[in-house]
Amino acid sequence: MKDLKILGTGCPKCQKLAETTEAAAKEMGIEYLIEKVTEINKIMEFGVMVTPALVVDGEVKVSGKVPGVDEIKIMLR
Amino acid sequence: MKSTNERCACHAAPKLIFACSGAADVGAITDQAARKLTRDGVGKMFCLAGIGGRVSGIMKSTAAASAVLAIDGCPLCCAKHCLEDAGFGGFAHLQLEEIGMKKGKTPVTRNKVSKAAEAAAARLAEVYEAHE
Repeated sequence: MKDLKILGTGCPKCQKLAETTEAAAKEMGIEYLIEKVTEINKIMEFGVMVTPALVVDGEVKVSGKVPGVDEIKIMLR
Repeated sequence: MKSTNERCACHAAPKLIFACSGAADVGAITDQAARKLTRDGVGKMFCLAGIGGRVSGIMKSTAAASAVLAIDGCPLCCAKHCLEDAGFGGFAHLQLEEIGMKKGKTPVTRNKVSKAAEAAAARLAEVYEAHE
């Protein structure tokens, strides 16, 4: 089970990252749990200063941009 | 997910400032200068130890910064080397000896901190404008 977190306060970019990440996970057929972290103090606990960010199993994989599905699939491996 | 107008960090990649924060007098000046630059809104001080420890959030945020500044107190340039060893390049750099502050001979005063902050801000602006 992959633990996925989307860090961002809820703007369209954050939502796009959530959608793209879910699409990638579904295409890969993996089990996942996705959580949206919107509180700025919680976001900063990850050391993230630029959102949106994607955290996979506790590791920040991307910050400040929305990668494409193929790039996210590599991050989910 | 919220859809409010609360503060969002998506649109403005910050300028990040790393100080060597070393043990010597000049290390203390880099630290205080970085904090002053943060208070003054020039950039945001960030944790150099997070770069050394390869903390994923700090690494990815640094990669996403609009500009990066390293301030070193002495010619050992630990902050610069730390960033370079982590794979970062093209960042602004100030070593305090460049502005006449020598290790062990520079008591930490408000004036010295202001002078270091001013020089660091100018160095950061040069790099930021070059990248714009």
